[in-house]
Amino acid sequence: MTSFRLTSGGLLDRKRKIRFTFDGKAMTGLEGDTLASALLANGQMLMGRSFKYHRPRGPVTAGSAEPNALVTINTGGRAEPNTRATVAELYEGLSAQSQNRWPSLSFDIGAINGALSPFIGAGFYYKTFMWPKSFWEKVYEPLIRRAAGLGRAAMEADPDTYDKCWAHCDLLVIGAGPTGLMAALTAARAGARVILADEGFQLGGSLLSESLAVGGMAAADFASAVLDELASLPNVTLLSRTTVFGWYDDMVFGAVQKVQKHVARPLPELPVERLWRIIAKRAILASGAEERPLVFGGNDRPGIMTASAVRTHLNRYGVSAGRRVAVFTNGSSGYRTAQDLAARGVEVAAIIDPRAQANDAAPAGVRVVSNAVITDTMGRKGLKGLLLERSGFEEVVECDALAMSGGWSPVIHLACQRGARPVWSDEAQAFLVPDVGSAFRVAGSAAGHPSLSACLRDGAAQAVALARDLGFAAYDADIPEVEGEPDPSFSPVWYVTGAKGKAFVDFQNDVHVGDLGLAEREGFGFTEHAKRYTTAGMATDQGKLSNTNTAGILAGMRGVSQAQIGTPTYRPFYTPVSFGALAGAAIAEGNRPVRRSPLHGWAARHGAVFVETGLWNRPGWFARSGEKSWRESMEREVRAVRENAGLCDVSTLGKIEVFGAQAAEFLDRIYCNSILRLPVGKARYGLMLREDGIVFDDGTISRFGQNHFLLTTTTAYASQVLAHLDYASQVLWPNLDVRLLPTSEQWAQLAIAGPKSRIILQRIVEDDLSDTAFPMMAAREVTLKLGVKARLFRLSFSGELAFELAVPSSLGEAVADALMEAGREDGINPYGLEAMDVLRIEKGHVTHNELDGRTTADDVGLGRLMAMQKPDFIGRRLSTRFGLTAADRLQLVGLKPVEAAKEMKAGAHLLKQGAKPSMINDQGFVSSACYSPTLGHFIALALLKSGRERMGEKIVVWDALRDSEVLAEVCPPVFVDPDKLKQRA
Amino acid sequence: MSLMRYSALQIVKQAFAANRGWKPVWREPEPKPHYDVVIVGGGGHGLSTAYYLAKEFGITNVAVLEKGYFGSGNAGRNTTIIRSNYLLEGNEPFYEFSLKLWEGLEQDFNYNAMVSQRGVIDLYHSDGQRDAYARRGNAMKMHGVEAELLDRDAVKALLPYLNYNHARFPILGGLLQRRGGTARHDAVVWGYARGADSRGVDLIQNCEVTGVRRDETGQVTGVETTRGFIGCDRLALATAGNSSHVGRMAGLELPLESHVLQAFVSEAIKPAIDHVITYGASGHFYISQSDKGGLVFGADIDGYSSYAQRGNLAMVEHAMEEGVSLIPGLSRLRVLRSWGGVMDMSMDGSPIIDKTHIPNLYLNCGWCYGGFKATPASGLCFAHLIAKDEPHYVARAYRLDRFQRGLAIDEGGKGPQPNLQ
Amino acid sequence: MASLITCPHCGVRPREEFSVRGDATPVRPLPNASDEAWHAYVYLRDNPRGQIREHWYHEAGCRRWLVVERNNVTHEVVSVTDAASKTAGGAL
Repeated sequence: MTSFRLTSGGLLDRKRKIRFTFDGKAMTGLEGDTLASALLANGQMLMGRSFKYHRPRGPVTAGSAEPNALVTINTGGRAEPNTRATVAELYEGLSAQSQNRWPSLSFDIGAINGALSPFIGAGFYYKTFMWPKSFWEKVYEPLIRRAAGLGRAAMEADPDTYDKCWAHCDLLVIGAGPTGLMAALTAARAGARVILADEGFQLGGSLLSESLAVGGMAAADFASAVLDELASLPNVTLLSRTTVFGWYDDMVFGAVQKVQKHVARPLPELPVERLWRIIAKRAILASGAEERPLVFGGNDRPGIMTASAVRTHLNRYGVSAGRRVAVFTNGSSGYRTAQDLAARGVEVAAIIDPRAQANDAAPAGVRVVSNAVITDTMGRKGLKGLLLERSGFEEVVECDALAMSGGWSPVIHLACQRGARPVWSDEAQAFLVPDVGSAFRVAGSAAGHPSLSACLRDGAAQAVALARDLGFAAYDADIPEVEGEPDPSFSPVWYVTGAKGKAFVDFQNDVHVGDLGLAEREGFGFTEHAKRYTTAGMATDQGKLSNTNTAGILAGMRGVSQAQIGTPTYRPFYTPVSFGALAGAAIAEGNRPVRRSPLHGWAARHGAVFVETGLWNRPGWFARSGEKSWRESMEREVRAVRENAGLCDVSTLGKIEVFGAQAAEFLDRIYCNSILRLPVGKARYGLMLREDGIVFDDGTISRFGQNHFLLTTTTAYASQVLAHLDYASQVLWPNLDVRLLPTSEQWAQLAIAGPKSRIILQRIVEDDLSDTAFPMMAAREVTLKLGVKARLFRLSFSGELAFELAVPSSLGEAVADALMEAGREDGINPYGLEAMDVLRIEKGHVTHNELDGRTTADDVGLGRLMAMQKPDFIGRRLSTRFGLTAADRLQLVGLKPVEAAKEMKAGAHLLKQGAKPSMINDQGFVSSACYSPTLGHFIALALLKSGRERMGEKIVVWDALRDSEVLAEVCPPVFVDPDKLKQRA
Repeated sequence: MSLMRYSALQIVKQAFAANRGWKPVWREPEPKPHYDVVIVGGGGHGLSTAYYLAKEFGITNVAVLEKGYFGSGNAGRNTTIIRSNYLLEGNEPFYEFSLKLWEGLEQDFNYNAMVSQRGVIDLYHSDGQRDAYARRGNAMKMHGVEAELLDRDAVKALLPYLNYNHARFPILGGLLQRRGGTARHDAVVWGYARGADSRGVDLIQNCEVTGVRRDETGQVTGVETTRGFIGCDRLALATAGNSSHVGRMAGLELPLESHVLQAFVSEAIKPAIDHVITYGASGHFYISQSDKGGLVFGADIDGYSSYAQRGNLAMVEHAMEEGVSLIPGLSRLRVLRSWGGVMDMSMDGSPIIDKTHIPNLYLNCGWCYGGFKATPASGLCFAHLIAKDEPHYVARAYRLDRFQRGLAIDEGGKGPQPNLQ
Repeated sequence: MASLITCPHCGVRPREEFSVRGDATPVRPLPNASDEAWHAYVYLRDNPRGQIREHWYHEAGCRRWLVVERNNVTHEVVSVTDAASKTAGGAL
């Protein structure tokens, strides 16, 4: 309990106390706190356990790269594991739990791994756990899985909602620190549309914790003044709590805004997070720089933070990291922290500086130890002291917190997400962004500018350049003075040799210098290999804290420069983004739109049970009272069609009208069968092939005029067929006079099938429907007695005397009602997909069960349709290849069980009697199967090797997956009315 | 070239020597002027080919040339799924052969690739999809591979966290292959590399092939590289993603388009998903959890030709929509990182392991997004082809001329459009 | 590209509105062309690294097929034109 809240200072509302809990313990924070600062104010430095060795850890940063202080916030469907306490905004009632510990945060059994660390160094698991063979999955892997991971997912549905939006701007400024503010102000004053986005809940970035005066006022006041002006401008959008996480093609940036993650009770009408897709003409990356930890023995004890984190907690949150704070620094940052601490009355134990001499000023009375390093630290769950070494002499320094500074790494992540390799700069002693094009520029400390004044200048200058580039008259704003700015230079120290404890490079993943040494010794010296072997840089900060140190250490071990080592590629996301935000509203039932036929209401009124077929909801069957199963309803519907009449909604079929002087010629090239001589007023079944000779889709072609056709497609392929026809007309044959018009949604279409269909239909149609006046395959406009025009087709999918009637969608329900009324006395039944499927299987009509993208026209018995005498049609040339015409291809047949009561199912395979199951012996498969109410037993359609030659053969329907073997007889694939007497009636 | 034997005992022994005794996993040799076999591509397939050439066929005068570092292509960019749940006669025996090799891999090359047979479940959402999976499951069983068709209740018992009550596309059941699962992708690369190196194969990183040299008779004699000319009797290409590019150097035009497939990993969490789950209703999604705790998942390819190892936001959002729709409990978790791999998308979704019309040139390509699970069999079959000049029995359908002959192996039935495969 | 496409008819539109077919270079051979020509048209692709021409379909927009000329390494778009304005087509 050594960190504490100062009695004054900080950007806090000290009157607004906020209650929260940590591991069930009630605590109080202030408005303006993060969870981490509030915990520190309550003396809670220990916030988490590390990944592998379960070492006790406190926060090491005060920002979004935090590797240690990860907690689970909330419970149930709102539980968020791995939340970084350093950026989690405190709110009333927040509950946080520590992670990766058992039974408790302060006593964690898993910490025994630390003692085992010589045995479980980098990649140890690749070298063992192989014996006995079966133990990996049963014993070792479950142990590893349980030990690994951080927080626990509740795996419950999220009660909150998410939203998405697009935004356009001239200039997107990423980061609202000194650089970003100056850039936004400069561009906005010039009239550019500016979006300024920052991940913080308060805009201002480092100015919010800055103790230097800017423009003659406190830095935070300067930030407020700039923000006030920006807020007053209509061309500026300020987005706080908004993380730009990705840079995608065409200057599209992905950003996620926390809308209600910081409120106690989210309003249901607002999303908790909103995804922004920002299209920017230009963008400036002003993401600042991350202070590097120093790598020395025991550098991970709770209480050891970067110097800037100590400063931020002190100046912005009014919290001191300790009562007696030591500083270990290789540049001015540590001295500034010491000064700020001293100014607030916090004791500074010593400043330890590895440099021989420094120009930085220490606070009065504070001991500076030059030429010195730290080789070890003490204290298990909180820092108690450190071991200082200078010229071979060791000394213990007592302290309860340590501020460390190893220099600065520009935060270049976003600019290097698209494959650009960061380049090493000797001057900045860091990796910088290479040229990534003129539209996206890096500014301020993200570009390696070390001082505050340089950042202010650079932000303005880059904005001037980009705004002018877009034609705005932009001018440098007055750059405010920064008073008393120290020399920002530092001398890099990659790691401190002679470490007594582990010197961690990647805190979260527990990667220490020894691991990198092992990787190097074993040949994993490539930066990507070292990363993958040791997992350095693979933690939730994606190496923001560790990558530069890793490169420095590997370079030292190999005796080369960091330029030769390089650094692993950055990839989205800048910081982790919730699944919810990226998914938005298109989840659960809203995952895809639901398509409903214009006859949906009619079907519902008749008791339809709807089933999902693709995006459509279609009637599966029409349940009547007393019917106990879908099959009972289906059987009644089938019998009605075979004996009387049935009415089926076929509105979902794709419908495409084709016009033009060469429409017939066009269709003749599209279908494998002949279209040219199709008479006006007639329809024809048509088969389309892909260019590789395989069947693409089937449907009907009706000719309404010399230059006017109507095509139908299957429901599933409606959009693919339209794309295919558009391609053919625009790309393959752009000179043909043809126009296509999709009209699927314009028409409600009804199939009226059954021996009594004509009588019933005639009752509502003016025109003569007798066989002579309206023969098989007739397709014409007719007038309904309701007084409207309709399209009538004499087509049959069921094999019965049947018609399809199409009326404008808005009239669909009225016409369906009229037909039901007209057929009431004749026993008309509405029928659904299940009955339709049975009717077509009984007739041997194929669907995409048979046309599965691998079958030819000949395979399914439609080879006679192939009009090979035509000079050209799509699929003609390649349809004659050896493999597509081989004698042993699978061919469509029917199957009847030898024992009538046996059931066959689609998906079963076929075997010769007595043959052993094997791929070589596989004879084919059942594509469709059903119980036939007409025949009183199961029937099936199957694709069988050389099937048409095998009529009468007894074959095994082999369904080992469902423990079934049925002997069946191969028969022609038409089970009902093979001579088509019924449909010709 | 003695191989350091890895074992628990070795770990203890080294631990007491402050872990200073571990030897390099592979040498870093200078390329020799000539090899019996030069393999281009130091990914999983190239390295496993070298390993099996040496181990099974005794051919050790072999070099593997890699333009970057080993495993820098798709070997390190996949979602680590292994399975053998295929439909077609050209595929199922090959992938089952591969799965069997996975099952003995660790003992075979003395490296723990963390092969984890946790079960692969393909969910179905309609009767039609159930029938298609039944057909596939029965095809597997025909080949002696176990498969189970699960109904909704059985899926619910295994995967209680799926969205059963508010799904746009109802979960009706699934096809389970219990022997399917995952493996640690980087370890596979390193294990094969270590095994090949110890048998005398020269593994050469940072060596980009810039040209293929052929003599006046047309036969291949070697390759130009950024490290000079390297001669060989046989040249084997295993450069999936870049096969067209490398093939063109030898004068090949291939039935391939390169496409980008994104993959994702979440922040690490405690064990939550114990299987590999695949979902295909209106969109496509698959997910498993790594031993480290990250949820590893992916969706469809971005859909356009690309050699950039990165994708776009539209597909990212699509993947998340599918993921949260299937597993509502993902909503508050966070995705950590996304990346892209460049796929050889072939014209029927199946690979090519074949000789070419150019003497001494051997080809291994066209793995689409299914190459990882094939790594062991691909290497062994390619090695067989190179060593014996005839295809391995289980890979005999993967011919380059199958399109000319109308013998496409179209597992998805999508036809000759690579971005639909 | 790949985030946004400038359709010559509709202006800048998001990628989600389009579907992609593939290489726009192969031209459909005449019906009586050689087997090799047909095989090449349907199955073989140059698949170069760099500048390519690709068929995109503005499916959720104007339903026009477009030729998108772009770089498949940098994803930079060079031009977007209506396919019918460029292609000569096959047999008439």
